[in-house]
Amino acid sequence: MSSKHQKPMTRKQFMRELRRYQKGSVTRRHFLGVTGLGMATAVLGAAMPGLAPRKSWAAGDIGDRVVLATWPNYHDAANFEQFTETTGAHVQVNVFGSNEEMLAKLQAGGSGWDVFVPTNYTITTYVGEGLIEPLELAKIPNYDAGSFEPRFSDAGTVDGTVYAVPKNWGTTGYAVNTEHTGGKALTTWKEFWDITREEFSGRTMVHDYQLTTIGNALKYFGYSFNSVDPQELADAEKLLLEVKPHLYAISSDYQPSMRNGDAWMTMCWTGDGKQLNADIPSIIYVLGTEGGEIWSDYYAVPKDAPHRDAGYALINFLLEPEVNAREVLAHGYPVADSRTNALLPKELLEDPILYPAQELLSALEFGAAATLTDPNRAELLARFKSA
Amino acid sequence: MTSPWVKRLLLFPATAWMIVMLALPLLVVVVFSFGERGPAGGYVPAFTFDQYLNLPARLAAFRNTLVLAPVGTLLCLLAAYPLAYFLAVKVDPRWRTLLLVLIIVPFWTSILIRTYAWIFILGGQGIPRLLEFVGIEGVRLINTRFAVLTGIVYGYLPLMIFPIYVSLEKLDKRLLEAAADLGSSPAWAFRNITLPLSIPGIATGCMLVFILLMGEFLIPALLGGGKVFFVGNALVDLFLQSRNWAYGSAVAATLVIVMLVTVGLYMKLMRRAGAQRDDVSLF
Repeated sequence: MSSKHQKPMTRKQFMRELRRYQKGSVTRRHFLGVTGLGMATAVLGAAMPGLAPRKSWAAGDIGDRVVLATWPNYHDAANFEQFTETTGAHVQVNVFGSNEEMLAKLQAGGSGWDVFVPTNYTITTYVGEGLIEPLELAKIPNYDAGSFEPRFSDAGTVDGTVYAVPKNWGTTGYAVNTEHTGGKALTTWKEFWDITREEFSGRTMVHDYQLTTIGNALKYFGYSFNSVDPQELADAEKLLLEVKPHLYAISSDYQPSMRNGDAWMTMCWTGDGKQLNADIPSIIYVLGTEGGEIWSDYYAVPKDAPHRDAGYALINFLLEPEVNAREVLAHGYPVADSRTNALLPKELLEDPILYPAQELLSALEFGAAATLTDPNRAELLARFKSA
Repeated sequence: MTSPWVKRLLLFPATAWMIVMLALPLLVVVVFSFGERGPAGGYVPAFTFDQYLNLPARLAAFRNTLVLAPVGTLLCLLAAYPLAYFLAVKVDPRWRTLLLVLIIVPFWTSILIRTYAWIFILGGQGIPRLLEFVGIEGVRLINTRFAVLTGIVYGYLPLMIFPIYVSLEKLDKRLLEAAADLGSSPAWAFRNITLPLSIPGIATGCMLVFILLMGEFLIPALLGGGKVFFVGNALVDLFLQSRNWAYGSAVAATLVIVMLVTVGLYMKLMRRAGAQRDDVSLF
């Protein structure tokens, strides 16, 4: 090793190099060189043969591809490239808009997926319908149950069997462009719906998703996000129908409209809030004080996975703390894995969008399985959209 | 000429295709439409008319489609006819092939991407921004019926141009010369010769566009901002969101019936128009 890099890097320098590498300003070789990661890997690999890339991978044992069904803006493309480099398997990504869509695809059969990313409230349904397999944890050595916060990992275990391992968690709040609020700080869902009918008329977006759109309309009245009570749903429907003429759009693809200024406010997930705020600081992310949704996403393997080994290899790769840390830096959703958090810069761990204050968090509810499958909520959304 | 079994053999691929890809799936749709939704979605066999009794819940979607599909078809026709006429009659034959190819070029890019591009053209930073420069403020284009109709005309225009072009290109120019010799004005000749003779092209183009529009879901979803709701959008939601296959099948079967009736009426109307024209031409 040259004498230039005899001093160990500071954390800050490391993060700078990592970002440069991610942006493509420097090559992978440069990155591994200056950070010493390349050398470290080589040394470690020689000392501990178990850590070296296994021959079976190099020989393409897991096949030449793996199919991943996931959400928009939810991965670091550089990680997939690295996975392909080390294993020879290409990652084919299918992006989905809702859990229902994923469920519909799996119910229809022949999805062709090896790994997919279900949200907490869907997992019991997948198990009940026999659509996912119990995970072979021996193939995911990077999954360490002890390092995950239980409330973000326990939905993956059904009747004592692990069916899914945690990916990221987050919240559903709203993003608002403060250039248009006239200095007024918005803090509640009541304000979200009220301002939409007044100053923000024609500028608000809601999700094309029954769970969150109905759930957050229920919060206007202080009802549970998960309510399936007919009277409470009727109240929410009345509100939604009143608000509809004032909406800019009903769509879960809200980033483009927020960015070009057509929309001033939208229902929003953590990572989108973070991405918008990072590029346009006047757009802030708000969690309603009445509550709303907190969620946790998981990796699971469908029963008929055509490249099963490659699927497991991908999950294992993405759960490696270094890889997972790069994922977080790219998409802005927090992880519940303490090993990964130990690698993240302090300013990210203190970010109020990713890690909201405790009193805001404790008001939030996890979505329930019954909320997702309730036919009345689905019909309500259809009436809202066609009205 | 050919023996019957050769005929049968030659017909086999087409027949098999129609049975496997059209008749059987339609049968499945009809069977499912009498079933019920499973507790977690999907389909549970049953025999009930509940799904059909529940159809009024999608009345708004049918109404929207039955208004916007014909209007979209008409706008397509109005935009396509002059262009097809220009290509078939006016343009120098040397340029004709190139111009025809240019009409097909957009098909090389996915309709999804081309429609997505319209979000930015019609959005606040697009046309409304240009209008601000000339002093017209506060124009909202995106996520309206106007935006959906614009997307429809843009997306379906080539399907209307080609049938009309073909019928105009075959037009015997000597008829127009004869009309001119006998003292008719160009407008009279167009009204009484060119237009009637291009009716088969118009009919085909309208039929193509109208049938596809009845099942459209992408353009209203992207350019209507989820606020302009077609039957196609209702179907996507029923199968992909609420996973109510039974009700979705009933809506789909009804859409097929509505389409058959509308197209049937349309063809009858066209045939009657054609018959009248023949009477006139006997003079």
